[in-house]
Amino acid sequence: MASTIQSKYVTFKLGKEYYGLPIENVLSIEKPSKTTRIPNAPDFIIGLINLRGDVIPVVDLRTKLGMEKKQVDKDSRIIIMKEKENIVGLIVDSSKEVLDIDEEDIDKPPTDETNAIIDCISGIGKKGERLIFILNSLKLLEIRS
Amino acid sequence: MSQYLNLFIEESNEHLQNMNDILLELEKDTENISLVNELFRVAHTLKGMSGTMGFTNMADLTHEMESVLDGVRNNRIHLNENIIDVLFECFDTLDEMVSYIVENGKEFEDNNKELIEKLREIAGGGKTSKTTNSHTKTQSNYLDSYVLNVIEEAQNRGLNAYNISITLSPDCMLKSARAFVIVNTLDAIGDIVYSNPSTEDIEDEQFDLEFSLILITSAEKDTLLEKLNNISEVEHVEIELVESDKKKGEKEDDKNKNESIAVKEDMQVDKKTDEKDKLSKVNKVTKTVRVDIDRLDNLMNLASELIIIKNRMEDLSGTSNKEDMVQAIESLERITTNLHNAVMKVRMVPIERVFNRFPRMVRDLSKELNKKVKLNMYGENTEVDRTVIDEIGDPLIHLIRNSLDHGIEYPQERIKLGKSEEGNLTLKAYPDGNNVVIEISDDGSGIDFEKVKKKSIEKGLITEQEAENITENELVNVLFEPGFSTSDEITEISGRGVGLDVVKNKIESINGTIELESQRHRGTKFTIRIPLTLAIIQVLLVMLRDEIYAIPLSSIIEIITVKKDNIRSIHEQEIMLYRGKTIPIVRLDKLMGLGSEELLDEYVAVVVRKGEKLAVLLVDNLIGQQEIVIKPLGKYLSFIKHFSGATILGNGDVSLILDVNSLV
Repeated sequence: MASTIQSKYVTFKLGKEYYGLPIENVLSIEKPSKTTRIPNAPDFIIGLINLRGDVIPVVDLRTKLGMEKKQVDKDSRIIIMKEKENIVGLIVDSSKEVLDIDEEDIDKPPTDETNAIIDCISGIGKKGERLIFILNSLKLLEIRS
Repeated sequence: MSQYLNLFIEESNEHLQNMNDILLELEKDTENISLVNELFRVAHTLKGMSGTMGFTNMADLTHEMESVLDGVRNNRIHLNENIIDVLFECFDTLDEMVSYIVENGKEFEDNNKELIEKLREIAGGGKTSKTTNSHTKTQSNYLDSYVLNVIEEAQNRGLNAYNISITLSPDCMLKSARAFVIVNTLDAIGDIVYSNPSTEDIEDEQFDLEFSLILITSAEKDTLLEKLNNISEVEHVEIELVESDKKKGEKEDDKNKNESIAVKEDMQVDKKTDEKDKLSKVNKVTKTVRVDIDRLDNLMNLASELIIIKNRMEDLSGTSNKEDMVQAIESLERITTNLHNAVMKVRMVPIERVFNRFPRMVRDLSKELNKKVKLNMYGENTEVDRTVIDEIGDPLIHLIRNSLDHGIEYPQERIKLGKSEEGNLTLKAYPDGNNVVIEISDDGSGIDFEKVKKKSIEKGLITEQEAENITENELVNVLFEPGFSTSDEITEISGRGVGLDVVKNKIESINGTIELESQRHRGTKFTIRIPLTLAIIQVLLVMLRDEIYAIPLSSIIEIITVKKDNIRSIHEQEIMLYRGKTIPIVRLDKLMGLGSEELLDEYVAVVVRKGEKLAVLLVDNLIGQQEIVIKPLGKYLSFIKHFSGATILGNGDVSLILDVNSLV
């Protein structure tokens, strides 16, 4: 066994690409439920959901990352993520498995602050043939879209 | 050890609070020996506690305090302002030490050398001046008369005083520890008024095998004997009843001496009962239950869930007509209300917790400013929610500082104005319906509205034209604008550009309101209104298209219908006449980004208020009144305007709670 450090990532899909979040930042994965619109909020904030008695804001990850909008369907999931005291739901196209990725297999992303997706990515992980864009949970919570 | 840390912190804080109160009392009455005794006891307890926890710096400091206080109660040291200041400094240091322990779980590495030096100087100075001070009797004499005095009073109350001589067994390993056990045992049964050698010496093992104590107790000799004999390593116990000095004196022939003592004693007894009264006031420790706030929150959540279920059942009852169902709901409603009240009460704490730091603060500030200020506090027992307690402290401190710095004048100035030399600062708290009102008033210079006007024009907050017609009430609002401060000079105490706007924001963040009244040369009064609890409120649910919003009942005045013809508009702002006043109209649908529907002939409207100001909110429909649980929107959504939180309705949907303060 190589003595590399492995970390677990919750992976999900947006369009054709795979994305991942460190498992420490993920509380649960939920099916979409009715949201309440928040007036005058940025367009990427869809609204509030009732998550077992707690009120959680939900972000449309596609809009946040500057991608085309997509209707919520049967595969759509809400990933409940936590960063410090903030708890936010992220709507994704579909959720996939939890993957172990070697630290060695994670490349630094190119830097480009003008590109919403690249700006939110902290690394690009390789697992076999697959590329997984690892999201920076802190950046995801920035309000400017 | 860590399991005791919480206990240590809780208790230290209680003792420190006590110390603070006593010091403040003592400052007013430096001759009050029972206060000194009390202070000594507190210092001693703190020393013991910190020693046990291994906080040696704290133990050292309290030990030195003890030495000074011991000197004072033995009349070796005369208590003066300087010593009180040093004692206050000790208190501050101890307070800081405990705060550091709270945050870091360990003691700060600072042995307070300077402070300890000061204390040693005082304690040492007392010793040298002992012989030169002709007024004081020799130590033992005074002590005797004092002790005898106490004994006599105890006997008057039907208590017994025993002289207990204890000899430890020669093979005793830890003499001081053993002695400590004995002292503790006796302390539990009565009061130890005298010990030979002194308690410090006993603790430092500065005794052979014997020591003696005088104990005042209601217990019988035999009980004492039994208790003491149960302690191991005690070789021999001798207990004899002490007769009071008076009785003894009568038996003695030396009448002259006796008389003089007796007269002196009578005086002292009178003074002492007086002191006792004062003391009992200071030391009235309320019985408290320490409850982990997490557990309380859990209980609160349970109550919240019950209320949600109740609301859901109410929804159900609309569809099925069963009478049983209705009854069940009624009783459930009763239970939830009761449970809610019970839980609320557990969460309630007297506002004293915030107020009790103010006497010290006012003392320090008035000294610093060379002003004379008397602080009056009323309604310290008024209870508010724990969360409110944490939030309200800073705004109050700010207002008090303002009052002292800008409000109350210097003594000479006050005399010139025909006021009393001493300024009055009054803090008052009382419950008012679902709110708690806190008033902070002073009899100082009041607000110079002309100056405010000038400043507002300078700062561009109002135009000169506006200034001509502006009323004092409107100017008051300008005072709460960010960056406004009329003080000409920036002082240490206030006026650093952070003004009343911060206070206002803080109070509004807990759904409170603040109002100001001021009269030139008469004084200023701030009235703060805060809700009793922040967790559950009554709301009116309203419809806007297919969305449901909640408006807190506390800010609703009434529900009216507004005819289209009655709506006027000035500069895009729609207004209407309501009870002889023009008030602005807010089209909620438009504000919520829903776009105005075609104009109707008649609207349903809710009249809301924020303080004195009113506004009319136009809505589509009313649903009804409901008790709801407030869920915070969280930090992530903190930039969202117009909402103070959200709630979960009976059907599980989330609904937003309108923040009326931001609409009016």
